[in-house]
Amino acid sequence: MSRSPLPWPVLRQLAGPDRLARGAAAKSRHSAQLSARTHAADKVIRSVCPYCGVGCGQTVFVADNKVVQIEGDADSAVSRGRLCPKDSASLQLTTGDSRCHEVLYRRPYGTEWEPLDLESAMEMIAERVISTRAATFEWEDEGKRTRRTLGIASLGGATLDNEENYLIKKLFTALGVIQVENQARICHSSTVAALGTSFGRGGATTCMQDLQNADCLFIQGSNFAEAHPVGFQWVMEARARGAKVVHVDPRFSRTSALADLYVPIRSGSDVAFLGGMINYVLEHDTWFHDYVLHYTNAATIVGPDFKDTDELNGFFSGFDEETRKYDLDSWRYEGMEVRSPSGSDPHADDDDGGSSVQSSGRGEQHGSGGPAIGGGQPIRDETLEHPRCVFQLLKRHYARYTPETVEEICGTPKETFLELCKLVSECSGRERTTAFIYAMGWTQHTTGVQYIRSACVLQLLLGNIGRPGGGIQALRGHASIQGSSDIPTLYNLLPGYLAMPHAHEHQDFESYLAADRTDKGFWANMRAYMVSLMKAWWGPAATAENDFCFDYLLRLTGDHSTYPTVLAQIDGKCKGYFILGENPAVSSANSKLQRLGMAALDWLVVRDLALIESASWWKDGPEIETGELSSEQIATEVFFLPAAAHTEKDGSFTNTNRLLQWHHAAVDPEGDARSDLWFFFHLGRRIREKLAASEDERDRPLLDLTWDYPTEGPLDEPSADAVLAEINGWNDHGEPLSGYLDLAEDGSTACGCWIYSGVYAGGVNQAARRKPWREQNWLGPEWGWAWPMDRRILYNRASADPEGKPWSERKALLWWDAEAGSWTGHDVADFVKDRPPGYVPPEGATGPDALAGDDPFIMQADGKGWLYAPAGVIDGPMPTHYEPQESPVSNLLYEQSANPVRQLFERPENLYNPSSGEPGSEVFPYVLTTYRLTEHFTAGAMTRTLPYLAELQPEFFCEVSPELAEERGLVHNGWATIVSSRTAIEARVCVTERMTPLRIQGRVVHQIGAPFHWGQNGLTTGDSTNDLIPIALDPNVHIQETKAITVDIRPGRRPRGPELLSYVEEYRRRAGIVASEVGS
Amino acid sequence: MKLRLETLGSEEPAEVSGYEEHPPRMGFFTDTSVCIGCKACEVACKEWNHVPSRPLEYTGMSFDNTIGLGADTWRHVAFIETRTASDAPRWLMSSDVCKHCTDAACLDVCPTGALFRTEFGTVVVQSDICNGCGYCVPACPYGVLGKREEDGRIWKCTMCYDRLLVGEEPACAKTCPTDSIQFGPLEELRERADARLGQLHEAGVPEARLYGRDPDNGVGGDGAFFLLLEEPEAYGLPPDPVVTTRDLAAMWRTAGVAALALAGMVATSFGGRRR
Repeated sequence: MSRSPLPWPVLRQLAGPDRLARGAAAKSRHSAQLSARTHAADKVIRSVCPYCGVGCGQTVFVADNKVVQIEGDADSAVSRGRLCPKDSASLQLTTGDSRCHEVLYRRPYGTEWEPLDLESAMEMIAERVISTRAATFEWEDEGKRTRRTLGIASLGGATLDNEENYLIKKLFTALGVIQVENQARICHSSTVAALGTSFGRGGATTCMQDLQNADCLFIQGSNFAEAHPVGFQWVMEARARGAKVVHVDPRFSRTSALADLYVPIRSGSDVAFLGGMINYVLEHDTWFHDYVLHYTNAATIVGPDFKDTDELNGFFSGFDEETRKYDLDSWRYEGMEVRSPSGSDPHADDDDGGSSVQSSGRGEQHGSGGPAIGGGQPIRDETLEHPRCVFQLLKRHYARYTPETVEEICGTPKETFLELCKLVSECSGRERTTAFIYAMGWTQHTTGVQYIRSACVLQLLLGNIGRPGGGIQALRGHASIQGSSDIPTLYNLLPGYLAMPHAHEHQDFESYLAADRTDKGFWANMRAYMVSLMKAWWGPAATAENDFCFDYLLRLTGDHSTYPTVLAQIDGKCKGYFILGENPAVSSANSKLQRLGMAALDWLVVRDLALIESASWWKDGPEIETGELSSEQIATEVFFLPAAAHTEKDGSFTNTNRLLQWHHAAVDPEGDARSDLWFFFHLGRRIREKLAASEDERDRPLLDLTWDYPTEGPLDEPSADAVLAEINGWNDHGEPLSGYLDLAEDGSTACGCWIYSGVYAGGVNQAARRKPWREQNWLGPEWGWAWPMDRRILYNRASADPEGKPWSERKALLWWDAEAGSWTGHDVADFVKDRPPGYVPPEGATGPDALAGDDPFIMQADGKGWLYAPAGVIDGPMPTHYEPQESPVSNLLYEQSANPVRQLFERPENLYNPSSGEPGSEVFPYVLTTYRLTEHFTAGAMTRTLPYLAELQPEFFCEVSPELAEERGLVHNGWATIVSSRTAIEARVCVTERMTPLRIQGRVVHQIGAPFHWGQNGLTTGDSTNDLIPIALDPNVHIQETKAITVDIRPGRRPRGPELLSYVEEYRRRAGIVASEVGS
Repeated sequence: MKLRLETLGSEEPAEVSGYEEHPPRMGFFTDTSVCIGCKACEVACKEWNHVPSRPLEYTGMSFDNTIGLGADTWRHVAFIETRTASDAPRWLMSSDVCKHCTDAACLDVCPTGALFRTEFGTVVVQSDICNGCGYCVPACPYGVLGKREEDGRIWKCTMCYDRLLVGEEPACAKTCPTDSIQFGPLEELRERADARLGQLHEAGVPEARLYGRDPDNGVGGDGAFFLLLEEPEAYGLPPDPVVTTRDLAAMWRTAGVAALALAGMVATSFGGRRR
């Protein structure tokens, strides 16, 4: 291997063994001196990928204080050293030319950016916050105390660290800023409501690595291989062991290419599809009897007033025509008393703002604590024969979801559908398990919660929850979008899914607790969680006498989520806006409204790595092109502040499986770039200093706030470690808590997020644990830290039979060790550790003591998995099929076409296309669905700006079938214009047989696929698909229907400038939509 | 003195290339049956090797916008949209790379010694030697090499020679999410590939085949070989590649024999006339 000492190649050739001079003799000086730059690195830092929610481990190599290489961390239990193309480009992301390092300022009516120093920018922003808050502060609304401002809003957090989200939420809440939102709203809010209501927690029930144990992987509503490529390795692992992979999707994608069975479906019809599967399982008796009987609410009897949709032609009982909302009282279990007059959770139907209580995203509050069901003990019929028991209700409800109906609604051939039902049935039971995997294809609908609820029902019937290779895998798409739900930069939540109090329901602490806490299980201890949170925020100022400063919290009066906030901006009510690592000008539905909203602001602060569309819309947005806006007339003052990359700050991300992983700073950020931890800590410090002398009651929450984090280094960076310690909590001796079981009701403990308590147990950052995957079991128990209590597979008590023995050897996870008197196994028990399987709680027991030995769902009010939801979901206790807001197909099941309680915003800027059966619907005959590509990420700020990724998908395109191309004259590689009543966009055309025309109710339905990554900035630019999408929301959590709208498509490029407006206007005219007649 | 001689078919090219002590021959086995077409290999390769990005071009060739291997694309993922025997859509994806041939024509024709055989048995262009003459470009039976217009030199996959030197695996293999790209001692990879092929055949995938695995093929066996699910042509690979310099020695021999024969004939005819 050594190089010949002879200097001349020709001499080496003649004297050495390489006579042909094609090897050793030809080795050049450069080649002889080669070494890998990773070996020359001064330090190697462990980190986590900042893109999707899989949470791949990274190794960051630093030389001369520069990051020189980023690779996969071979020890990672999640990723095993592998990376996707985005992750592989993260060196370019963090060190490339796309990064901005200087503050930019756009003065009102300005036409260009101007430089501004960071100090001045911070000072100006602090002043803007103070003055806008003072001008818009609201003590009361309709006579109810609110203590808040609707004048300021914030958006973003899913790309940030938990510690950053924590400071953002803490500071804004103390300021009274209520409209704090992030990507979780528009991506997975429906997940939290659905999984939380069904099982008691809103997170994915399993972890990525455990997918390898599945016998069948059922992927629907997710483009797993493309959007989460590294997580997909576990699907491939399962497949290598003989598992079957099914992909149900409107498009044949890279995920379908690797599936054993691809099943096409009409976008927007999944509830019918899953309903058909539920019907199959019930009809063919393939449900898991022992599991269902003991672990679900199948036996529970529902009150006599409940009426199903069959009886009421598409409505459940309790529908109020006037408010277009359900009164949920008739859905209750029999014999349960209604405890609080204002009703627990969404039941609230008092004339005193009850409807606004229901509108305030309550379903999302079951992220870690199921809905309250009232007082008393549910009545059960263990024979499952009572006509009003859940099991019988379910059977009747799903009877009409026959394979023929599925074919008529979904376009899926009956034979294929039955093959699939059979497969899933065969791959479930004692010996086998099936995992369901989904993402935005399910979440983003006006019935998004019910899509996921359908899967919950099915998985409970099949006995697949809490078991190895089973579960429901919710694939989240941002590095910490789970974290930004847990430590919520969401308006309706406080950390750990505690409710943000509502003005009409929660004026005092006792009524707040009474409304939400359950009698049974660990959610009964909610007082301790809430008291500890307020102690963490207000320290010594929070005392038992003042209800621990409960009055310091602002109050909700309805829906303050991102979409109404944007409308409030347009209407001039919301004047200041922070955008933090989110790009709503591209990523939100009807993104034109986002830009119009920003154009109506007084001031806007954008923090990002690169100059995104949401920062520069006033200069080069689509409305500038059409002439709807002109820079000279836009009064908004814009501050662009460069953000620090993940390699430039300490902090933790929570991955899609509730796993907290710490990333260490490798280098300091350059120029004016700063972490959001820095920004919010110093912004808060400045505001507090400016208001220090204030006597105004308004400022007490701010001035009493604990805000004394230690800072370090030349930039005065606050210690993320100290913030994590506060999140974990401590007792009155300042000792770190070991978990939420330590929390007290008397104010002796402080804890910033009760479900994260334990992450700093023993004073050690457990999220930074990195024991190599090879040295531990498949769950990687010592890799990072998972909430709750480091459990990796939730509800794992259900992996054992009622007697505590695993259902089968093959699927053993947790079992009762009678000798030791405790649960033991491969995972931390998600149960009371020493509670015997046969335990029957004594009469009158409450809280955790009331959990029986066979109640695996310990956050549920009845300890059971919910096939039927007597509370918690406000659009139906059982999922039923409704058409999307815009559909070319009428509802085959009922006269009522769409979800009757969906949230609509009828405004001239947010027009809806006529749906099937309405005049003009033929103008928009095709279904459009949006999706992600592997090569790009969400709104593109972190990928369209990178040369290595831009070249891989260099242009916005749409996918159409050859049949549709023929019908509309579309040419492969040419251009198409796609039109809705909102606007028209253009895309390159990809004609592909991967798009399948479907036969539905005797006619052909065509679907169009369009990725949503593009905008005007970056290296690859193009129109934004989200400009086409209307704001139509799921009523539970305000998530928008992005995955199924109607459009028209025509060959050629779209008109430019003002002509675009008249082009769309002509479509509206033909469809009979008159903008001026729509109320605003 | 750059003629091909008896190294043809040698299983240990490092051995006959002057490395008295050398590690086992290293290679790639790309199992396209598990490729998810994510292109992480393309990006990881570029990040590690500082390969320039290409001009943005929407090709309309399915999801392939980098077209093929060349100076600025050392790993290339092909996307082939076809249909199965039962007329269902099928989407084949395959990550292509330099084959690091046992009998490497590029190496044979390089007049400067820029191309050389490393101790790992791989073939590398040395950028400090290459003068961009381009002889190697048409010599490659797979069309792997290309000239970078900006610097006039020839570039291709080095199998991350610098990483191999410190015991690291190549960037593409390390990053591959599904282990479609496997790296290791070639012998071991061949065994692994044979086992995988058997597994697929047993699982009812008769169309699975190995490409480039055979040491007796036209290039003496490829250092980077593949498991394909279709004819190689479907992936844009030559069905029966032959080292373009295969006949060079024979041609010289033939030419020599012809010359001798001619000389003999001349001698004979003149000699005959004298009689």
